[in-house]
Amino acid sequence: MTATMTRPVLRAGAPRWGRVLPVLLVVAAVVGYLVFRTDAAADSEDAAAFRFFTQVRDWVDANRDTSPVFLYGVNYVRLGVRLLVDAVRSGLSGLGFAGLVAAVTALAAVLAGWRTALVALGGFLAFGFLGLWTESVDTLVLTVSAVLLAVLIGVPIGVLAARVGWVGAALRPVLDVMQIMPTFAYLAPMTLLFLIGEPAAVIATLIYAVPATIRITELGIREVPVTTVEAATALGSTGRQLLTKVRLPLARPTIVLAVNQTIMMALSMVVITALINAPGLGQNIVQALERVNVGAAFDAGLAIVVMAVVLDRITAGAARRRAGRWGRGRWAAAAAALVAVVVVALLPIGEDLPRVSFAAPVNDLTGWIELHWYDATEWLKNAVSAGLLDPLETVLTTTPWWLFVLVVAAFGALVGGWRTAGIAGLAAAGIAGLGLWQHAMQTLATVLVTIVLTMAIGVLLGIWSARHDWFAAGLRPVLDAAQTMPSFVYLLPAVALFGASRFTAVVAGFVYAFPPVVRLVDRGLRDVPATVVEAATAAGSTSWQLLWKVQLPMARGGLLLAANQGIVMVLAMVVLGGLVGAGALGYDVVAGFSQREDFGKGLAAGFAIVLLGILLDRLTQGFHHAKGPR
Amino acid sequence: MTSTITVEHLWKVFGPKPERVVGTELAALPRAELRARTGCLAAVKDVSFAVEAGEVFVVMGLSGSGKSTLVRCLTRLIEPTSGEIGIDGEPVREMNPRRLRELRRHRVAMVFQHFGLLPHRSVLDNVAYGLEIQGVGRAERHRRAGEMLALVGLDGHEQQYPEQLSGGMQQRVGLARALAIDPAVLLFDEPFSALDPLIRRDMQAEVRRLHAEVGKTLLFITHDLAEALTLGDRIAVLRDGELVQVGTPEDLVGDPADDYVADFVRDVPRSDVLTLKWIMRDPAPGETVEDQPLPAATVIRDAIPRVLGAKLPIPVVDGDRRVGVVDADQLLPALIGHHRQVPV
Amino acid sequence: MRLRTAASAALILTLTACGGATSGAGETAPSAGAKGTVNLAVNPWVGYESNAAVVGYLLEKKLGYKVDKKELKEEVSWQGFETGEVDVILENWGHADLKKTYIEQKKVAVEVGKTGNKGLIGWYVPQWMADQYPDITDYKNLNKYASLFKTSESKGKGQLLDGDPSYVTNDVALVNTLKLDYTVVFSGSEAAIIKAAQQATAQKKPLLFYFYEPQWLFAKEKYARITLPPYTAGCDADPKKVACDYPIDELDKIASKKFADANSTAYQLIKNFQWTNDDQNLVSDYLTNQGMSADQAAEKWVNEHESTWKPWIPAGS
Ligand SMILES: Nc1ncnc2c1ncn2[C@@H]1O[C@H](COP(=O)(O)OP(=O)(O)O)[C@@H](O)[C@H]1O
Ligand SMILES: [Mg+2]
Repeated sequence: MTATMTRPVLRAGAPRWGRVLPVLLVVAAVVGYLVFRTDAAADSEDAAAFRFFTQVRDWVDANRDTSPVFLYGVNYVRLGVRLLVDAVRSGLSGLGFAGLVAAVTALAAVLAGWRTALVALGGFLAFGFLGLWTESVDTLVLTVSAVLLAVLIGVPIGVLAARVGWVGAALRPVLDVMQIMPTFAYLAPMTLLFLIGEPAAVIATLIYAVPATIRITELGIREVPVTTVEAATALGSTGRQLLTKVRLPLARPTIVLAVNQTIMMALSMVVITALINAPGLGQNIVQALERVNVGAAFDAGLAIVVMAVVLDRITAGAARRRAGRWGRGRWAAAAAALVAVVVVALLPIGEDLPRVSFAAPVNDLTGWIELHWYDATEWLKNAVSAGLLDPLETVLTTTPWWLFVLVVAAFGALVGGWRTAGIAGLAAAGIAGLGLWQHAMQTLATVLVTIVLTMAIGVLLGIWSARHDWFAAGLRPVLDAAQTMPSFVYLLPAVALFGASRFTAVVAGFVYAFPPVVRLVDRGLRDVPATVVEAATAAGSTSWQLLWKVQLPMARGGLLLAANQGIVMVLAMVVLGGLVGAGALGYDVVAGFSQREDFGKGLAAGFAIVLLGILLDRLTQGFHHAKGPR
Repeated sequence: MTSTITVEHLWKVFGPKPERVVGTELAALPRAELRARTGCLAAVKDVSFAVEAGEVFVVMGLSGSGKSTLVRCLTRLIEPTSGEIGIDGEPVREMNPRRLRELRRHRVAMVFQHFGLLPHRSVLDNVAYGLEIQGVGRAERHRRAGEMLALVGLDGHEQQYPEQLSGGMQQRVGLARALAIDPAVLLFDEPFSALDPLIRRDMQAEVRRLHAEVGKTLLFITHDLAEALTLGDRIAVLRDGELVQVGTPEDLVGDPADDYVADFVRDVPRSDVLTLKWIMRDPAPGETVEDQPLPAATVIRDAIPRVLGAKLPIPVVDGDRRVGVVDADQLLPALIGHHRQVPV
Repeated sequence: MRLRTAASAALILTLTACGGATSGAGETAPSAGAKGTVNLAVNPWVGYESNAAVVGYLLEKKLGYKVDKKELKEEVSWQGFETGEVDVILENWGHADLKKTYIEQKKVAVEVGKTGNKGLIGWYVPQWMADQYPDITDYKNLNKYASLFKTSESKGKGQLLDGDPSYVTNDVALVNTLKLDYTVVFSGSEAAIIKAAQQATAQKKPLLFYFYEPQWLFAKEKYARITLPPYTAGCDADPKKVACDYPIDELDKIASKKFADANSTAYQLIKNFQWTNDDQNLVSDYLTNQGMSADQAAEKWVNEHESTWKPWIPAGS
C-alpha cells in the first residue's frame, strides 16, 4: 500500500527537476567554459598513441612472413578470400556478357517474377551501354564474395545470438561499434593486416556489412512465434528439429531481408575500397574525384545505383515469396531458364553496345552552375563557415578536454542514466588520450553543424511530405536514388560547387543523411493514429496546432531515431570530407594510409572517429530510450 | 488401476529463485503479497488431482489463474517448481530428455489456443509433422495424415496452406495434428477461445464426437463455463493458481465451494444442469405419491412437464431405492431463483 | 581465371602440407612468364597518367602485353609490390623512406632508372599578383600579404592550398618552421588545384598554392614561384622540421623485384623509357584539355614522335 501511495509524489516531482536540471547543466557548462577556456594549441605531431601505432605497423611489417600469427592465421585468411574471389570471378565472367545478363534475368524471373526480370535485364544491359561492363562485373564479384561470406558467418552467429542469451548480450556492443564505425576508418588497419587488393577489400566490406546480417537474422529468429515453437516442442521435436524445421523456415523471409540489406551495404563499401586497390566502379569514381570530373562520376554512380536497384528488387522479391511453394510449374520454369541461360551464354554476343554517356551534359551543367552561381555558392559557403562552423569550432577547441568530458558525462547521465554517462565520458576521455583533441573537436563542430542543418531541412521536408501526397510521391525517387548512391559519389558535385572546404563536407553529409531523416519524420507523422487526429480536429485545432501540439509530439520517437541515424551517417561523410579539404580527423585518416610517416596518426584518428561516433550515438540513443514513447 | 494423469502438490513459481517459496511460510501468502515481497509469481499453487482413463476433465478459471501453466507442466513444456506428475503411473518429472520426448511423441498430444501451425508447410505436412520428426516414412505419414484430415472433416484441403484456411479450419488442422500421433491423452489449452461463437459450438460438438469415436483421455482448459459444462465429465476450478473445487458439473452448480465458484455459476440456468437429486425432499410421513417414479439423475428441465402435470408429488428413485419426492414447490425455486442457496 | 583458381587451390594444399603462408601467397605474378599482364600503378596526377598512357600503349600495341592500370595513391602503390598487385611505378618522386623499406629491407622492389623528367615542387601565385605586389615572391614577405589569402578554411590566417593528402609535401612543416601566418588546406586533388589556379588567373583572385613541374598548366598560363630558403643537401632530412625549398627531383621508375627478375621485354621497355618534361606536358595537355582518352592521346603522340620511342623498344621483339 505504501508503495502505491508514494508513487504520485515522485511523479509530481520528476517533471520539475527534469526541467531545471538541463538548464542548470547548460549554465554550469557555460560558466565552466568561460572560466577555464584555453588556447586552441595544435595537436602534437608525435603523441604517444601515434608512436604506439607506428610501432605496431613496424612490427607487423617485420613479421608478416615469419610470425606464426601471420603464417598460419592472417595470411591464410587472405589466401582463402582470394580463392573465393577468384572462384566467384570465374563463375561470373565465365558466363560472358550475354550469359551473365541472361543468368541474372533468369534468376530474377524465378525468384521475383517477370517484372523484376525486366528490370534486371534492362539494368545489366545498361552496364554495357554505359561502357562500364568490366568494372560493373568487378564490383559485382567483390559484392557477391563479401555477401557470401557475410551470410556464411552472419546467419549462424545471428541464430546463436537469438538462441543463447549471453552470446546476444555480448555481441550487442560489438555490433553497435561496428555499425557506427565510419567505413573509412577501417581501411588502414585492413591494409596493415591483409595488405592491399581484393582480399582486403572483401574483408573490409564484410566487416561493414555483417552486423546487418547478424542483427536481422537474430530478429527473424526471435520473431518466430513462441506458440509455434511450443506446438512443435509438444510433439517431441529435438532442438535440432526445432531449428531446421521450425525456426529457420519461419525466419526465412526475414533472413532473405537480411541478405538484401547486406547486399546494399556491401555495395556501398565495395566502392570505397577502391582506395585500397579494389577493382571496379569505385576506381572510376576515385579517378573522377581526382579529376573533379562530375560527369564521369555520374556514369559510374548511375551504374552503381542500377546495380543496387536490380539486386534489391531480386532479393526483396525473393523475400516476399514463400518458400516451399514451388509447384511443378516453378521447377519447370527454373529448368527452362537454366537451359535458356546456357544457350544464350554460348551465343557470340559481346558487351560492345552503342555507348551512352551522361558525362558531357552533366559536366556542361556543372560548368554552367559553377560559372553562374559562383557568387551565390561562395556567399553560402562563407556565411555558414563564418556564422556557424567557426564559432562552434572555436568554442569546442578552446574547451579544456576535462571540462568537455564532464559536460558529456553529465548530459549522458541526464538523458540515459549512469551507463550512458560512463560510456560517453569514457569515449570523450579516450579521444583526449589519443592526442587528437583539436582535430576531434573540429570534426565534431562540422558534424554538429551538419546534423542541425540536416535535421532542420529534413524535418521540414518530412512534414511537407507527410501532409501532401503529391510531394511525397515526387520525393520518393529522389530519396531512393540518394540512398542507393554510395556516399563517395556525393563528394563530387559538392566539391565542384564549393571547392576544398569544410562546407563541402557539410553539403555532402547533408545529401547523404537527409533521406532517412525525411523518411522517418514522414513515417512518424503518418503513424499518428487517425483517431487522435480526428479527435484533435473535432476539438477545433487549426492545422498548425494539430502539427505542433499533436503530430510532432507524438512522432517524437521517429524524430529522435532520425537524429540518431543522421548523426552516424553525417559522421561517416564528414570524415570522407577529409579527401576534399575538410581537414581534421578525416584528413588524418587519408594521410595515414597515403603517407608512411603519418600511419600512426592516421590509425589514431580512425580510433578517435570511432570514439566520437560512440559518444554521439550513446547520447542520442540515451535520449531516445529515456524519453521516447514506450 | 492407476489413473491416467495424476498430479500431486504441483507448484510452479515464476521469478527469481523460485525454490525458496515452496515449503516455507512464503507459500501461504496470497499472490499479490508474495509478488510484493519476493518478486515471484506463484502461477500454480499446490495443485493435486487425478484424471481417469477415458474421462473428459476440464480445468476452468479466469484469465491469469494459471490454467495454461498447469497444462504445460504436465509434459514439462514448463518445468514445474515442485510436486509430482504421473502419466499412466510413470513419474514425468524423473524422465530424462529422451524419455520425455518419447512421451510427447507418442503418448500425450496438445492442441493450442493459437493453433501453432507451421505457415510454410501445407496442411497435410502440418498434420504429418509429428510423424515426420519420429522418422516415419513419407508415404506412411501422408497416409495417416490424410486419414486424420478426413476424421476432422478437412478432406480436400490437404495441399492448402494454413493462412488460406479460416480459424475454425485451422484449429481442425491442429486437432488432426494432435490425433495423428495416436496419443492416449489429449491436452487442450483453450482451443476454441479464438473462434467465433457459432464455430465454437461446432467444434465442441466435434470434440464430443471424436471423444465418443476414439475414446481418448481429454484434459480440456477453458475459461468458458458453458463449454466446461457441455464437455466436462468433471470440472476443476482454478483461482490464482489454487484449485478451489473439483467435481461434476452438478456439484459445481449445486454446491459451489465458495463465492468464487458461486459467482462463476451464477448465471447458469440451474434447471438445465441440476438433477432431481438436488431439489427432492423427504416424503412427509404417510404422504401419498404418484405411481410412476422419476430417476434421481433426471435433469430438472426434463422433469418439468411431469411434475407440473401431476396432482401428487412424484417419487424419486435411485435404481430401485426410493430416495425422495418432488413436487411443484421444489421446482419453482430452481427455475427462478438463481441466487438462493439451494437446499441439499 | 579457372586456371588461377586451380593454382591457388593447389597452393593452399602445398602450403598446408609444408606449413605457413607468406604474405604474397596466392598472388601469382602474371608478368613473370612470357606475354602476360603488366600491372601499372597510376598515381593521381596527370603527368603520371601521361607516362602510363604512352608506356601502356606501347606495351599493348607494340609488344602485345595486356596492361592493367590501377588508380592508386603513391604509398599504396608501393604496398602493391609486396602483394604482387603492382609491377611498375612509372613516376616516382623521391620517397627515400619508401625506398628504404621496400627496396632495402623487404627487397620486393628495385629501381629501374630515371624517366628523364625533372620534378620541381614549389609554391606559386598567379602572375597578376607578382605584377601587382612585386615583393610577394619572397617568402619573407608572405606574412605581409596573409590577409589577401584568407578563406573560410584558413582560420583567420592566409591559405596555402595543397593537393592530394598523399602528395610529397613539406608544407605543414615549412609553414611552422618559417613562422608563416598561413594554414595549409588540402584540396584533395591535382584537378582541384588546377581549377583554383585557373580561377585565380581568370578572375584575378589571390591564391597561394603548392604545385610542381612537369605540369602542362605552366605552358598555358604564367605563375610566379615563391623563393624559399635555398635547398642544401640533407636540409630536408627530418620531414617535421624542414626549413628549406624543395630539391629538383630526378623522377625515376620502380619495379617489383619479381617483374624485374623476369626481365621480360615489357621490363626492358620500361627500363628504356625516357623522355622530357615537354614530351610529358604535351601528352598531359592532350589528356586534360583536348578531351582525349589515354589511348587516343598516346596514339597521337606515338605517331608524331617515332624517333623518341623507337629506341625504347627492346631489340629482337
Ligand atoms: N513465463 C512466465 N513468466 C512469468 N510469469 C508468467 C509466465 N507465464 C505465465 N506467467 C504468469 O502466470 C500467471 C498464470 O498465467 P497462465 O497460466 O497463462 O494463466 P491462464 O492460462 O489461466 O490465463 C499469470 O499471472 C501470468 O502473468
Ligand atoms: Mg492461458
